[in-house]
Amino acid sequence: MRVMVLIKADERAEAGELPDQKYLEAMLNYNEELVKAGVLLAGEGLAPTSRGKRVRFKDGRTTVIDGPFTETKELLAGYWLWQVRSMEEAVEWVKRIPVPEGYEQEEGVVEIREVFEPEEFGDTMTPEMQEKDRQWRSAGNQ
Amino acid sequence: MDVKRTVDAVWRMESARLIAGLARMTHDVGLAEELAQDALVSALEQWPQSGVPDNPGAWLMAVAKRRAIDLFRRNAVLERKIVELGHALPEAEDFAFEPDHIEDDLLRLVFISCHPVLPTQSRVALTLRLLGGLSTEEIARAFLAQEPTVAQRIVRAKKSLVGVPFEPPAASERPERLASVLEVIYLIFNEGYSATAGDDWIRPSLCEEAMRLGRILAGLMPDEPEVHGLVALMELQASRLRARTGPDGQPILLLDQNRALWDRVLIKRGRTALERAAKLGGTLGPYGLQAAIAACHARALTAGETDWAQIADIYEQLAKLMPTPVIELNRAVAVSMAFGPQTALEIVEPLAESLSDYHPFHVVRGDLLAKLGRVADARSSFARAAELTRNTRERDVLLERARTGR
Repeated sequence: MRVMVLIKADERAEAGELPDQKYLEAMLNYNEELVKAGVLLAGEGLAPTSRGKRVRFKDGRTTVIDGPFTETKELLAGYWLWQVRSMEEAVEWVKRIPVPEGYEQEEGVVEIREVFEPEEFGDTMTPEMQEKDRQWRSAGNQ
Repeated sequence: MDVKRTVDAVWRMESARLIAGLARMTHDVGLAEELAQDALVSALEQWPQSGVPDNPGAWLMAVAKRRAIDLFRRNAVLERKIVELGHALPEAEDFAFEPDHIEDDLLRLVFISCHPVLPTQSRVALTLRLLGGLSTEEIARAFLAQEPTVAQRIVRAKKSLVGVPFEPPAASERPERLASVLEVIYLIFNEGYSATAGDDWIRPSLCEEAMRLGRILAGLMPDEPEVHGLVALMELQASRLRARTGPDGQPILLLDQNRALWDRVLIKRGRTALERAAKLGGTLGPYGLQAAIAACHARALTAGETDWAQIADIYEQLAKLMPTPVIELNRAVAVSMAFGPQTALEIVEPLAESLSDYHPFHVVRGDLLAKLGRVADARSSFARAAELTRNTRERDVLLERARTGR
């Protein structure tokens, strides 16, 4: 199974504060461990939302909103895509994410979300719906 | 969260390193596995009360080492065996935690699990057991085998390995030993790939298991081009997993697949691994070449954009390394797409004798003859193919083609 591991932003990340060398090194080692275990498929760190945009859809119209966004708890600072054997394994890996020095007392949240496998719709989707899903996917991806 | 499931997850993450480290200390893979299993039992007993320790791997290792030292102290026979093998008896300090050894130990464990003294099926079972951390029951389910059969196979394999040194292969043996490792991983992958929709979920998960083993191997042997070649081949093939069956589970051929369903993450990973294999110098090996063919398909946004001339060229290189009639037949298909049916037919005809009972041969030959307008010959080829296939759905299609010659 695949999981998306979402690292929630905090005020420092939103302020554009970069981690120090020691922390970066710990993070690199951690990523290397993930690679060597065959777990890490992809991942990126995200720039603060001051460099982001939102597009809101409403009443058939779109509105573009400039960052930064204020609801810090909902914002993301980075993500990983992992291949694991179970949710429990993902939790064990997340528990091993290094905590930067000076951050021990602060609250941080990492969210683990299961990636849907297309087969999972197998029983609930009729063949017509599956075909429609396929068409939708191909339209979206081309 | 269910502690049993957490213990399972930790076991799957840590068991290979645990067994590898213990095998170095005890010089006996079977014993190492038993010690590791004992530590697992302790974890299952204690963690529900105490909680999962912060460093579960180190916890398991500490328990297993304690058991090992007790065992050696008490067991004179074991002592004698170790001494006879010319090893020093392990002392407490030999069991010190040595993270530097871990990668060497893991590599040794890979090589010994795929050791040529073992029959192929045992290599597969032992690799999944020792490196993948799968239980005997899971291996049996995955390979549609009986659990006692697999258990027997593993017991016998461990016995055969007694006295086999826990060492990496000598330089002279290395290519052959590496080939065995790659073969085992690819066998596991293909077993998963051949699983169909109604199967137990554990069968398709063999693909993920094999890919994971391949990636671990690439970390352990970063300078072996064929390791990256195999990883590339598996990632690229797996990228098409979702597209290769239709809503009713019927197989969809590569050229008819909806390419929007191909997994872009895996394609990218496959291409990166292939580049690494190529950069390591020399010509690509059989896995790398097969990956290169898969990469050609992945590059084409539509079936019509496929670079068949390049694929034909790679098949020619592959045929030089592995001169088999089936590869020639595949080459002929690519040649037909690139240079027309007549050129391809000249490659196909000489294979008639060696592939007379291989139904895809007659399908390909029929296709080429049909394209050349030789309707009567095409009809008899399709009829022969229909006789040979065991798939009823395919037989119906072939009988129809035998009737029309198209």
